[in-house]
Amino acid sequence: MSCTTRHLSRQWVAASASAILIAVVILVALAASPPATAQPAAPPPAASDADLVRSDRFRRLAAELRCLVCQNQSLADSNAELAVDLRDEVVRLMRTGADDRQIKRHLVERYGDFVLYRPTFEPRNWALWLGPFLMLAVGAAVVWRTSRRRTQSVPVSSE
Amino acid sequence: MSKLKYLIPAVLFLVLAAFLLAGLGKDPREIPSPLVGKPAPAFELPVLQQPQQSFAPAQLQGQVWLLNVWASWCVPCLVEHPLLVQLARDGVLPIVGFNYKDKPEDATAWLAKHGDPYTTTVADRDGRASLDYGVYGVPETFLVDRSGTIRFKHVGPLTPDVLNGRLLPMVRELSR
Repeated sequence: MSCTTRHLSRQWVAASASAILIAVVILVALAASPPATAQPAAPPPAASDADLVRSDRFRRLAAELRCLVCQNQSLADSNAELAVDLRDEVVRLMRTGADDRQIKRHLVERYGDFVLYRPTFEPRNWALWLGPFLMLAVGAAVVWRTSRRRTQSVPVSSE
Repeated sequence: MSKLKYLIPAVLFLVLAAFLLAGLGKDPREIPSPLVGKPAPAFELPVLQQPQQSFAPAQLQGQVWLLNVWASWCVPCLVEHPLLVQLARDGVLPIVGFNYKDKPEDATAWLAKHGDPYTTTVADRDGRASLDYGVYGVPETFLVDRSGTIRFKHVGPLTPDVLNGRLLPMVRELSR
């Protein structure tokens, strides 16, 4: 029995390790690939603020930034005064020709990571990003292990 | 070993419970400021009472000072105000008032009524400068050291606990 347990646990480790590896590979690929919606070139200076606000780019940015007063609404959703100010700020930054990443960094430098609805993939956020995959791997390993043990024990009990 | 295995779910539950319990005591509105440890953002704003004059944080370089964001429409500001007035009376450190999105006449009337603890009050009428300070909930208080670095930020009204327990010890430490 001890032999099979050790054997099983080795398999268990191998299975969970490969599951984690797959998860990491997927995530790294996701992080490395350019965002699906490529950044449009900076709008021509003639574009009015209203045009900018109507642009897809602004909508996407505002949907990804959190209103700090209402907390569970994005800048796009919120009508709080601060959200209005921050939307103006985003428009102002778009006017200066800043790209999405620069605009986000500008806000993060002032309001912290909390303004981002999508956390950055940094070492201190790894638990957040990879944790679910880790849990999934552990869960899968447990299920696999129990089901294996059960199939093994069935013929023994039926005999 | 096999007996211990049955304890795993219980241990996991306890860990989860501990995290949730710790979360209960936290105020979700208190967002850690990335500005602590960074230089106080520069601004140049008109002085509330004399709009032709302006104030910039560089003018207090070499001193430990407090920046207090307030507005006459802000009710919690009334709660902390007596503490600031007392602080000013004791002459602990210069307090710069940062009047946030307010009408100058309302702001001056408010100060006349409740007392003016501020060495200087600047008016940020459109709230542009306050964005650089990451202001999201008035009142907010920033402690700036001699080198012009923000050392502490408090969101919401100052309480005697925060003042005596955290702010004043830091002021003493920094003024040494």
